[in-house]
Amino acid sequence: MVKGPKTAMKPSVIDGSTKLLTGWKRDFVGYAYISPWLLGFVLFVIGPMAASLYLSFTDYNMLSEPHWIGLRNYITMFTDDPRYWTALKVTFKFVVISVPLKLAFALFIAVLFNGKHRGLSVYRTAYYIPSIIGGSVAVAVMWRQLFGVDGAINSVLVHFGVEPKNWIASPVFSIWTLILLVVWQFGSPMLIFLAGLKQIPTDLYESAAVDGAGRARRFLSITLPMLTPVIFFNLVMQTIDGFMTFTQSFLVTQGGPLDKTLFYALYLYQKAFGGTFSMGYASSMAWILLLIVATFTALIFKSSSAWVYYESTEDK
Amino acid sequence: MAKNAKSVVYHLFVSVLGLFMLYPVLWTLASSLKPENEIFVNSASLIPSSLEWMNYVEGWAGFGTVGFNVFFRNSAIVTLLTVAGTLFSSTLVSYGFARLKFRFKSILFACLLATIMLPGQVTLIPQYILFHKIGWVNTYLPLVVPAFIGGVPFFIFLMIQFIRGIPKELDQAAVIDGCGTFGTFWHIVLPLTMPALATVSIFSFYWTWTDFMGPLIYLNKPELYTASLGLRMFADPSSVTAWGPMFAMSMLSLLPVFIIFLFCQKYLVQGIATTGLKG
Repeated sequence: MVKGPKTAMKPSVIDGSTKLLTGWKRDFVGYAYISPWLLGFVLFVIGPMAASLYLSFTDYNMLSEPHWIGLRNYITMFTDDPRYWTALKVTFKFVVISVPLKLAFALFIAVLFNGKHRGLSVYRTAYYIPSIIGGSVAVAVMWRQLFGVDGAINSVLVHFGVEPKNWIASPVFSIWTLILLVVWQFGSPMLIFLAGLKQIPTDLYESAAVDGAGRARRFLSITLPMLTPVIFFNLVMQTIDGFMTFTQSFLVTQGGPLDKTLFYALYLYQKAFGGTFSMGYASSMAWILLLIVATFTALIFKSSSAWVYYESTEDK
Repeated sequence: MAKNAKSVVYHLFVSVLGLFMLYPVLWTLASSLKPENEIFVNSASLIPSSLEWMNYVEGWAGFGTVGFNVFFRNSAIVTLLTVAGTLFSSTLVSYGFARLKFRFKSILFACLLATIMLPGQVTLIPQYILFHKIGWVNTYLPLVVPAFIGGVPFFIFLMIQFIRGIPKELDQAAVIDGCGTFGTFWHIVLPLTMPALATVSIFSFYWTWTDFMGPLIYLNKPELYTASLGLRMFADPSSVTAWGPMFAMSMLSLLPVFIIFLFCQKYLVQGIATTGLKG
């Protein structure tokens, strides 16, 4: 190795650690490193996905062997199961309201925190705390009591002349208590927005200010367009999350009252584990959920060319 | 003057809003220390008339035969094993993807990315049936084993991104010095990924510690319950009578989360800001 001239060594060195390995040996080493994930991928992802697809065409209930029933689960779902439609409607309503609200709030706070003020890191910590404890049982317990009939919210509102009511048990308000609960956990989109805001070159703002653009104008013409890639990312992630919301409705409202908070994931859980073990039916529900999430993601991606601004493509 | 006034308005606004944000947490803390008869009278108040530490003692004892010491121990076992498993799988796999060459790498990488977005519900049912058939229900194996084989592909992705940022020249120097693939991984790359490992550990800790659905499905015996399940049993709306102790245990179950958050905030914020990890 030492003998060869320096220039001759370069090409092999560029390959780094794999320079001595070729062919199947190289592949073997590579696969050895990724084998934990590969094993998990085959055993816990691909295998179960295939099984789930198969089960969705059966009447499997853990007790008897699965029988092939063709599309019957899917047909029942859409034509003969009013609760399924309820779950779809509730989940759509929840996603369509909570995701934009959460992102708007996250953006507002991020803009508020993107300046030179004392104690910003303390504020940031305080505003992020709800998000780290978000999905825990303790928070669900907390929420149920706060919005309960003799909870803290009522005892404040009574001073403003609002009749005390059980917000959690109200068919009109129960879903709003859950929306409020997830909007309250806006911490991670906020931090992502904050990181995005720091990327915007300050000279853009300076020249705009010179041109006499006011605060609102600068926000609309500079901040928002420059942030669209980040908004896009947050929108995709939060939408996917929103469709899978489970713990909150399971613990706070149990889907009630009158199925007004029967989220898709909760109904799926009830079908699969809530006594009847309708694994076949629940598998069909899971596949429709996958389709819905994929469609929404695709739609957001498709729409992105119309509203997401990528700096590099415009410049060059 | 005008600038000062603006600054005062800003801080006033931000701290009042922050108080609203933290109110539910502070309220639970206050309620956990209030005497029983005070929790629902004048309930919005954050100041207990006397500090009722007995709530914590009573809550810790749990109810029936199982105390919260058991629930916390169980949570600690599951969480520690899961974090260890996550670190094991995410470091090795990410090094393979970021630095090694092998056939079908790009296809497999695409698979990895696709599974990040996959709703867990799709694999949940067959996994349950599988674990049920091999007798893993009512053990910690269904909660822990997936971590060792890359159960959360997002962590692998995060690590891949991080390793890609480490200059390759370091690897090459190590190879010239006679390091093999594993030597380069162990002596060069791994020590440099510490910040990313911290982020991965923290999030793995959070998600496992507060996880509810996994334990709910796989654990049916109270003596196996994690803190989440124990708390839920304690807080069953139809049976709750001891509110003070319940709030006390709610706060206690969040304590590890708060402690880690306060000490490791830096890694957490970096992790989210650079990779879009959800909190």
